[in-house]
Amino acid sequence: MSQRLKVIMGKPLLQITRLSKHFGGLPALAEVNFAVERGQVTALIGPNGAGKTTLINCLTGVVRPDQGEIWFDGENLAGLPAHRIARLGVSRTFQNLRIFPRLAVLDNVLCGLTAQAGDSMFLALLRPPGLRHRERRLRLAAMEALDTFGLADKAELPAGVLPYGDKKRLEMARAFVSQPVLTLLDEPVAGLNPEETARIAGLIRQMRLSGKTMVLVEHDMELVMGVSDRVVVLDGGSRIAAGSPEEVRTNPLVLEAYLGRMSATA
Amino acid sequence: MKLPSKTRAYIIRHHTGLMVCGLSVVLLVTPLVVNNPYNLGILNLIGLYVIAVLGLNLFIGYAGQISLGHAAFFGLGAYGSAILTTTYQLPPWPALALTAVIVAVVALIIGVPTLRLSGHYLAMATLGFNYVVHSVLVQWDAVTGGPSGLSGVPPLALFGLSFDNDVKFHFLVWGFAMVALTLCLNLVRSGVGRGLAALAQDEVAASALGVDVARAKVGVFVLSAVFASVAGSLYAHYFGYVNPDTFSIFKSLDLVIMVVVGGLGSIWGTLFGVGFITVLPNLLDFFETYSDIIHGVILVVILLFLPQGLVTGLADYSKIRLARRRLAGANRG
Repeated sequence: MSQRLKVIMGKPLLQITRLSKHFGGLPALAEVNFAVERGQVTALIGPNGAGKTTLINCLTGVVRPDQGEIWFDGENLAGLPAHRIARLGVSRTFQNLRIFPRLAVLDNVLCGLTAQAGDSMFLALLRPPGLRHRERRLRLAAMEALDTFGLADKAELPAGVLPYGDKKRLEMARAFVSQPVLTLLDEPVAGLNPEETARIAGLIRQMRLSGKTMVLVEHDMELVMGVSDRVVVLDGGSRIAAGSPEEVRTNPLVLEAYLGRMSATA
Repeated sequence: MKLPSKTRAYIIRHHTGLMVCGLSVVLLVTPLVVNNPYNLGILNLIGLYVIAVLGLNLFIGYAGQISLGHAAFFGLGAYGSAILTTTYQLPPWPALALTAVIVAVVALIIGVPTLRLSGHYLAMATLGFNYVVHSVLVQWDAVTGGPSGLSGVPPLALFGLSFDNDVKFHFLVWGFAMVALTLCLNLVRSGVGRGLAALAQDEVAASALGVDVARAKVGVFVLSAVFASVAGSLYAHYFGYVNPDTFSIFKSLDLVIMVVVGGLGSIWGTLFGVGFITVLPNLLDFFETYSDIIHGVILVVILLFLPQGLVTGLADYSKIRLARRRLAGANRG
């Protein structure tokens, strides 16, 4: 193994150091450190307002962090525009579904392959044979992803008419179709019934087995404990704990963050 | 009649190309059937506007932006060709190409700052741009000929054949229109086209998938301006004169109404939208007298009930109904 490869392999895939973000004087993130190892599911949990979504948004370029570094695969993502970060191999789903309702299910997934589709408007206007073949290849990849996420029979339907659970899985299919290096799942089971939740848990495990690296933001503790390799806990914009699901479950600081107000009044 | 499965697969796979070919054949024989120069003139006008409105529909319908100033690009194209071929005696084809390049640069300069705006602000900015261009065309007597415009623009010619009457111009303008149609159909079936459709519905999600939203918007804006410019150049060579009133903000509104009737994002619908709005005032005097009011009513009624435009709105409605029925059937079964 080459020296360089060893160095890369030894480092976490994602290393966030002293990341801070204020919204109008209120700290949403205060010097947060956070690391994600390759091939693992890292869960990010914390009470409402802990800064989980802000962290994800800084990481994907939706908001610009005030300070700190986000090292991903040898590149600092802090301050890069969203589309550049996406093209480096970071994909995501959104807490409040962001599918394209008027596009067909298949086209939604094809949108996940934007970088592979080529972005020369000139070539797109002329549609040379090379581009045609590439389109065919991308369609096959998209159909495969739909099959994995259980939506193959609905490929031609407009995405807006799908039931909620299907939309959640569609968003995941769109995030995974591009063979991303890192995928951020922002509350993938919010609002789903137990049956659908179990289905999503199965898909997350399946993606992990195929070698995908994921960050999971979720309130459903059963899901978090069931699929994560490592859990990081945020509270009030700071990291208060990190470790295996078992360690975090019994950490008194974590219990206080979730139940603190109750024990204070008791 | 039942087609063999191979033929059917071929038709399904190549339906877009086959439709373009079919329409081309129809247009080729049209002058044999329609020999009334008045009707052929209307058809030529439709061809001219189709070129401009196809571009505008990409911008409004695909990229989800609004432009109330596209008549300015149409006008710049027409005046560019008129000035270059009369004052500077340039041959018509190089003049057309040079004008399109100049308009592309203008669109780029206008587009980069204004496309950071959205919604009402973008509408106001493009409207303002149209107003400025129109004022310049009216006021700058020495170059533009002022309110009376420029005349004596020579017709276009190819291999010694001059497109100097309605029949000959029919082939020229619809040749251009079919090329524009093909280019648009190509674009919307590509990754770039999907990126545009995506950003029209959700910019945050589109950029998270790797779409460079700012670049894509400017790109389509420039493309649509070039289409309008070429249409304008053809217009100048067809009529032989240009006049500022053809390129006022009211013409911009007409172009938007054509997009809305054709349906936002519907390339084929554009043909219908342009045809409908162009033919209407020629059908009855009543429509011509009250055309502004009628256009306004059409716009309001369509946007009230079908915000995606007439053709797209109806198509979406039937698609969603079919999909709902299928989903319901799957649940029961």
